[in-house]
Amino acid sequence: MVQISLPKNSTVNKGKYYKDQTGSKNIRKVNVYRWDPSTEENPRIDTYEVDMDNCPSKVLDILNKIKNEIDPSLAYRRSCAHGVCGSCAMNMGGKNGLACTTPHAEIDGEIDIYPLPHLKVKRDLIGDLDGLYKQYQSIEPWLKNNSSKDSTEIFQSKEDRAKLDGAYECIMCACCSTSCPSYWWNGDKYLGPAVLLQAYRWIVDSRDDERKARLKKVADELKLYRCHTILNCTSACPKGLNPAKAIAEIKKMLATANV
Amino acid sequence: MSSYNIIDHAYDVVVLGAGGSGLRAAVGLSEAGLKTACISKVFPTRSHTSAAQGGISAALGNMGEDDWRWHMYDTVKGADWLGDQDSIEYLCKEAPKAVLELEKYGVPFSRTDEGKIYQRPFGGMTKNYGNGIVQRTCAAADRTGHAILHTLYGQALKHNTEFFIEYFALDLLMKDGECKGLIAWNLNDGTIHRFRAHTVIIATGGYGKVYYSATSAHTCTGDGNAMVLRAGLPLQDMEFVQFHPTGIYGHGTLISEGVRGEGGYLVNSKGERFMERYAPNAKDLASRDVVSRSMSIEINEGRGVGEEQDHVHLHLSHLDKTVIENRLPGITEAARLFANVDVTKEPIPVVPTVHYNMGGIPTNYKAEVLTVNGSEKTVPGLMAIGEAACVSVHGANRLGSNSLIDLVVFGRAAAKRAAELVKPGSPHEEIPETETQKCLDRFDKLRNAKGDNSTAELRLAMQKTMQSKCAVFRTEKNLKEGVNEIRKTYDCIDSISVKDRSLVFNTDLVETLEFDNLIRQAVTTVDSAYHRKESRGAHAREDYPKRDDEKFMQHTLAWCDGKNTKITYRPVHKSTLTNEVQYFPPQERVY
Repeated sequence: MVQISLPKNSTVNKGKYYKDQTGSKNIRKVNVYRWDPSTEENPRIDTYEVDMDNCPSKVLDILNKIKNEIDPSLAYRRSCAHGVCGSCAMNMGGKNGLACTTPHAEIDGEIDIYPLPHLKVKRDLIGDLDGLYKQYQSIEPWLKNNSSKDSTEIFQSKEDRAKLDGAYECIMCACCSTSCPSYWWNGDKYLGPAVLLQAYRWIVDSRDDERKARLKKVADELKLYRCHTILNCTSACPKGLNPAKAIAEIKKMLATANV
Repeated sequence: MSSYNIIDHAYDVVVLGAGGSGLRAAVGLSEAGLKTACISKVFPTRSHTSAAQGGISAALGNMGEDDWRWHMYDTVKGADWLGDQDSIEYLCKEAPKAVLELEKYGVPFSRTDEGKIYQRPFGGMTKNYGNGIVQRTCAAADRTGHAILHTLYGQALKHNTEFFIEYFALDLLMKDGECKGLIAWNLNDGTIHRFRAHTVIIATGGYGKVYYSATSAHTCTGDGNAMVLRAGLPLQDMEFVQFHPTGIYGHGTLISEGVRGEGGYLVNSKGERFMERYAPNAKDLASRDVVSRSMSIEINEGRGVGEEQDHVHLHLSHLDKTVIENRLPGITEAARLFANVDVTKEPIPVVPTVHYNMGGIPTNYKAEVLTVNGSEKTVPGLMAIGEAACVSVHGANRLGSNSLIDLVVFGRAAAKRAAELVKPGSPHEEIPETETQKCLDRFDKLRNAKGDNSTAELRLAMQKTMQSKCAVFRTEKNLKEGVNEIRKTYDCIDSISVKDRSLVFNTDLVETLEFDNLIRQAVTTVDSAYHRKESRGAHAREDYPKRDDEKFMQHTLAWCDGKNTKITYRPVHKSTLTNEVQYFPPQERVY
């Protein structure tokens, strides 16, 4: 039997316990992953008792309450607070989502908050998305149209425009890709659902001249075909999009088109 | 003296901020062959441009006759004659080109039956100089900002723009009144970076977070505005803060004006469509300052809805289901998530909410930063664009959908001007070390602050003061109280506390630096408001209800070294750029 031992500094320790100071009768325990690379310390889970009587409805409200009232050192990304910027993607109660749109009432018992799974952690709840951004660049997310004139728009029928619905809305929060076991395993080579959904968005844009070249570019055993239709991506998407379907569409186009 | 290792960089141009205007400038600069760095405290697609919903204005005439001169008239009137008409002419004339360019970049605009870009009606947008409603606002459903921001980021990637992402800018480097670069802190690894540049373009957006209830993101802290103040330069027209009529009650989330553009309307507790009384012609599509004031009057006179009678209802359940599904899907989702409302059945509870800063860094229409020293002068090496800038095209009140067009028109103008001024690869001057040291001393002092006041407490105190003393309606007494109160909060900086001592993603320190930026703008805003003794656009004084063109058809310029402000005025530009259009003289503003 092979013995696998993880490096010592990868063990997650029990961290600090912050007891409620408000005397509230309505308390929830919130367990948060903490790690700072500039210390020599292992990651830890800190537990905060949070007064829920004075806390709005979303998980982000809990984090803001912790940061403002209990522990200002907690680090997480956040910006728009209404589900359009994609900053506050994290793992809450075992599910990926946006902290600003996830109601804490949907999580039973103690609330566990971790960074998005399987990313290198930069600090606390802040994951390293640099790899995913590079993959995004690799699909060349810009329109390639050589025939258009400057003085008019490129015409597009309502029907053709409708093909972009469900794809252009992606906010690149990475909830889908980081919920995908195939991406966990081959994230350096497999493009993953977020990037493939964007590849699809440009493939189906009727204004684009390079459909075939785009298809050819993703038609790769690792880039595309590591999708095993697990469908975690679709269930994780906080915007209700369906990356799995887009990937299936790309596979179908490749199977039927002469690329 | 604080000591940090400094990593040096040299670029032709540095763009600070990667929202709509910063990205558009970066694309143009790369095209012009200038070595460009784009620095942002958030990943570009997280910028607040993504939250813009309703659309981008341009007189394309896709949905009926239109003319850029009509657009110009509407903008001048919307601005309550505080806008500079040379800049407004430039904006409206360049707008159609800029939108077509975006379309070619790949923005997924909604379409008409003929396959053209879809345009919707918007507040204050009229045909033939105020005679009837025009459809001028180009839309990608109700996610136009998101669509534009992601597309512009794609273009920047296409042009291999060099990004410095999650870098927090600290201060400008100035020498003899010229800008020579800036210093930034890399949150990823804690290092300090000094960027030399022949031109710095500030594109840091607005500072909505000085208020308690705003549609602005947590990151809208006007960092560039504060850097300009610390560099000894003025900000302009800071008293003009736009309240968007329809922020979701209790949460502040934006509900697009596009809802009213598509036929939605506001209703008070008596079930009245009250906008008919205040703006008989434009009704719910009057400009934003007018609608916000009307709502506030309804609420103040006891006709608000809800238990506290402190908001009104926005109805859209009468609209065709396919209109809601195809053109308003984003706000349908927002209303469900943040107001627990099904818009096909119930009204959305809404209240005027801080949304946009007309004021900012004064510039000319080429995006060059202005100061006044005897007369109007440009500041060599410094430009500003987007919400951070005050060109001034929005004057005292911005029209909806004029901000997205502002981003791309002036982002492009800045790149063009920088390409004229900067020779690629020219050598950099030495900057005295004292500039760097001054910046790092401030950084180090806040980093090691060990006082009793948490940043969150002080931020809240500032936001509550601004919300109660510098809101939709203002009075001498109220503003005076605000002027004094905000200074008390400012004084508390001396005893601020930062608990986190790390340099890697120390968001405690980031928020403290942001607070230091915000409070200077809060002081400037309330002081500018106190000194403007008239009502114009978004600045409504109950004690001075009339516009006073004789005294105040002038831009406020405010210098602020923290607590002390100096206020002067400079005349509004009273001429157009070319003779393709005549100057629009001031008129009474009715909708």
